[in-house]
Amino acid sequence: MEPAIRVENLNKTFVSKNGSVEAVKDMSFEIEKGDIFGIIGLSGAGKSTLVRCLNLLERPTSGQVFINGQSMTEMSESELRKARQNIGMIFQHFNLLMQRNVLDNVCFPMEIAGIKKKDARKRAMELLEIVGLGEKAKAYPAQLSGGQKQRVAIARVLANDPEILLCDEATSALDPQTTKSILNLLKEIHERMGITIVVITHEMSVIQEICSHVVVLDHGEMKEKGTVEELFRAPKTEAARKLVFSGSAHIANMQGERKIRVTFGGHSAFEPIIGNIILECKTPVNILYADTRTINGKAEGEMILQLPEDKETAEKMIAYFKEKGLGAEEATL
Amino acid sequence: MDSSTIMMIAEGTWATLYMTLVSTLMGYVLGLPFGIILAVTDKNGIRPNAFVYKILDFIANLIRSIPFLILLILVIPLTRLIVGKSYGSGATIVPLVIAAAPFIARMVESSLKEVDKGVIEAAQSMGAGNFTIIWKVLLGEARTSLLVGVTIAIGTILGYSAMAGIVGGGGLGDIAIRYGYYRREEDIMIVTIVILVVLVQILQGLGMLLSKKLDRRQS
Repeated sequence: MEPAIRVENLNKTFVSKNGSVEAVKDMSFEIEKGDIFGIIGLSGAGKSTLVRCLNLLERPTSGQVFINGQSMTEMSESELRKARQNIGMIFQHFNLLMQRNVLDNVCFPMEIAGIKKKDARKRAMELLEIVGLGEKAKAYPAQLSGGQKQRVAIARVLANDPEILLCDEATSALDPQTTKSILNLLKEIHERMGITIVVITHEMSVIQEICSHVVVLDHGEMKEKGTVEELFRAPKTEAARKLVFSGSAHIANMQGERKIRVTFGGHSAFEPIIGNIILECKTPVNILYADTRTINGKAEGEMILQLPEDKETAEKMIAYFKEKGLGAEEATL
Repeated sequence: MDSSTIMMIAEGTWATLYMTLVSTLMGYVLGLPFGIILAVTDKNGIRPNAFVYKILDFIANLIRSIPFLILLILVIPLTRLIVGKSYGSGATIVPLVIAAAPFIARMVESSLKEVDKGVIEAAQSMGAGNFTIIWKVLLGEARTSLLVGVTIAIGTILGYSAMAGIVGGGGLGDIAIRYGYYRREEDIMIVTIVILVVLVQILQGLGMLLSKKLDRRQS
């Protein structure tokens, strides 16, 4: 099957008086139809530029973007406008029309697509019901909370039945509770309509909540790609580790010279691993940090242990974890 | 004050209002598209074009740097060509429009530049063309700021129209200069000033009220 989005050797360089910035460097990846795909990176990593290259709001310096097999970069202006109606986008700051009420905001993309006003209003009301804002149709954006504004933006983006939805830091301006409800809404829409969703974020919690695949960006480069579980269990690069380790900020302050990060999925939760390793190696271990989180509905645990000074015992411990099928990497951040 | 003076002042008030409103309207017929093109072709606009922007920018600055009184005299040949005479309130409209258009264009430009870039980007992501963005996003979102601009424009043009009294431009300014300045009939001058002040206050108040009423950004 043709992937929903295919990116080939994409480059974007911004040239200004103060030199040039390579925001996107030679990226290639594919996003399958119906996937929820995450793009994670810290600010300045090039996520926003990358997502804008997908719908050609930014024209790539070189490389290709294919949506459903069609090259976006080779389209004429009018073809591009047509194609964009099939690629919805929501934003960190919602970007609603402040002088229009909620209903007219949802009607806006349908006006652009040339749908009759009466039909547009009917569809807009249905969409507002779906996002749970049916009774706010006549309100103005200024009267809504952040979460409500994002719901309006979601209703608006669904108006033209897009096959792809780009979310640019869509929850970054929201509190954790609201973030959760917006992510749940996105999940619900995904199940209902089978839409392909691309999620741009700097928060691992957003990725683990809804994404199945993910790429990690750092300074314009794609550092890693794979499933979210793979990234969580064995982040290969420093950029990825920084994003994945929820305790990463504290590692430098933790005692002990060598530390390892152990990760375990549902299957290994039945075995008293720590107890066994102490018995096996006859050396106590010190748990510095432990956390459990839900990734795609499955519990994944993470622990940071202080390794014994003795090198041999330390190596033995790492080998033991690996043998048991757990992720065990030296935590060096 | 006798009834003929009162009649004259009433006619002068009407002439001033007529000149101001017609000039504002025609000023916008020219200044609005002028301002839109400035905002759109600016390097941060939706269709940057340095060449077009620089030319319009230069024209706007050029006209705005000529003092109105001098412009008034400078365009007399043009006024004669269009209106057929160079005095009276009809003739004053020509220099008023010429002076007001670039000034209006600048206000339109700055109003449109205030529109949130994110909203423009959202419209682009929906597949909106530039015409739709100008009409529905830029003008729609900037409407209160544009209305404030109209109010300011009316006040300024009213002031300019009074200045045109120096060359027989008609209206209250003309009366103030002829009676108040040349003949030293101060009571007439004071009355015209009071009427001008009241006119500006009313127009200003109406404009602000309307723009506030149309603004949906406050909860």
